Amino acid sequence: MDSAKLNLHRVTMRFTTRRGQQILAVEEVSFAVRDHEVAVLVGTSGCGKSTLLRMAAGLLRPTGGEITLDGRAVTGPGADRGMVFQTYTPFHWLTVQQNVEFGPRIKGVPPGERSAVARHFIGLVGLTGFERVYPKELSGGMQQRVAIARALANDPEILLMDEPFGALDAQTRVIMQELLLKVWEESHKTILFVTHDIDEAIFLGDRVYVMTARPGRIKKVMDVPLPRPRTLEVLTSEPFMALKREVLGLIREETLKAIAEGRPADGRPAPR
Amino acid sequence: MPPLREVLAPKEAIPRSVYLTASTVTVAGTLLLWCVLSYGGLVLTLFLPTPTQVLRAAVELASDGTLLTHSTASLAVILTGFLLASVLAVPLGILVGSFKIAEALVEPVVGFVRYLPVSAMIPLIILWVGIDFESRVTVIFIGTFFQQVILVADVSANVSKDLLEVSYTLGARPRHVLWRVLVPATLPGVMDTLRITMGWAWTYLVVAELVAANKGLGYLILNSQRGLFTDRIFVGILVIGLLGLATETLFKWGHRALLPWSPRV
Repeated sequence: MDSAKLNLHRVTMRFTTRRGQQILAVEEVSFAVRDHEVAVLVGTSGCGKSTLLRMAAGLLRPTGGEITLDGRAVTGPGADRGMVFQTYTPFHWLTVQQNVEFGPRIKGVPPGERSAVARHFIGLVGLTGFERVYPKELSGGMQQRVAIARALANDPEILLMDEPFGALDAQTRVIMQELLLKVWEESHKTILFVTHDIDEAIFLGDRVYVMTARPGRIKKVMDVPLPRPRTLEVLTSEPFMALKREVLGLIREETLKAIAEGRPADGRPAPR
Repeated sequence: MPPLREVLAPKEAIPRSVYLTASTVTVAGTLLLWCVLSYGGLVLTLFLPTPTQVLRAAVELASDGTLLTHSTASLAVILTGFLLASVLAVPLGILVGSFKIAEALVEPVVGFVRYLPVSAMIPLIILWVGIDFESRVTVIFIGTFFQQVILVADVSANVSKDLLEVSYTLGARPRHVLWRVLVPATLPGVMDTLRITMGWAWTYLVVAELVAANKGLGYLILNSQRGLFTDRIFVGILVIGLLGLATETLFKWGHRALLPWSPRV
């Protein structure tokens, strides 16, 4: 068995709203992402899955518990944890090539070397030929490819992905999922992926963590025994369907619970 | 000609030919109205000179060099005041929009002063700065600086936080984030702010030259009024309009040339 890369131990997050109301977003979540594994957090909107990811990135400080990467405590953001956001985040004043070189450049990698590294990852995400193009000329899917290449060019220990394909249309989303599988096959990068798309979770993941509605807890851990490399045919296979049925049921329970508590599934209070 | 119903649908595109015709009608209509009123003798030329008179006055003022003298004098005032204001306001605005502490320090004063009418401050400016070039520059400066700070602060406050956070996850330190992310991300908005406030600077020109100027387009206009040379007043106003339009075009052109990546061009 592979060793643990990212470790979350009883991680808790409590927010205080402007009106002084206490909100328990994440409660005592513990799990470990193993080396070279794709772990997926799946849950209804507002369940705290993105909050967990942001805490792993060091962008948010948990109010309780501990997060470690390779045994070292996470205290803030760093180049060892690359992140891809749902929003399109390429730097629009930099070309594709310069975007991908951003991390290595900050690290002080010499120009020749970082240019070669950038070209490699631009090729890996299928953007060869677009090196000198500015982001405004790219589609949403292509901008996310830039963001993925930029994160990988930094050679992080783990890649954190926060619903990276959530803003894309359904067709492009599938293309990007296949792209990510291809990238994983070539790099075997450890990935922690957050989504509310059940198909996406099972298609990509080695392990799927189904979360409860707020406060977010791990409701069930599911191993995905589908063989790799995976192709689109997996999506219609019987083992996939069986897993999907189970996850669907679990998520539905949580969504209904959230609604019963008078809270719409997107986590915001209902308008009066 | 498309049916009227299509032309009047809100926010729908209309054929280019219709658009151009409508624009031409406005311009031609305005000129025609001017011609009818002045040549037709409906309004005394003392109040509304004919296009011929204005043209003749323009040629006269241009040929003896007066127009150039006044225009350069005004340009010098505008550019000096505007550059001084911009050089200070842009960095300050970026700080105010990015750092809460800068906002807390600056916002109360700037937020108040920007509502003070510049014309009302002229007596103070005369008292403090005098009646020379510097006082005119001061008027332009006060008229643009505070607006620029607020507008640039807004631009930098609106830079997506995701852009900053993604740079931190790429290993950036706060100083990298400031210089390599925040500053470049604000540039298109800063360009727009400069273009807009440049337009405002032109509108302050006459106010500035009220302060005992002896050259400048504002002075030309005021002086012509004293002699009842209405045609010259028209020339002065038209030249200010044209110069304003020229600087506006220059800024748009500069935006495209300097920031080819900008989503706004």
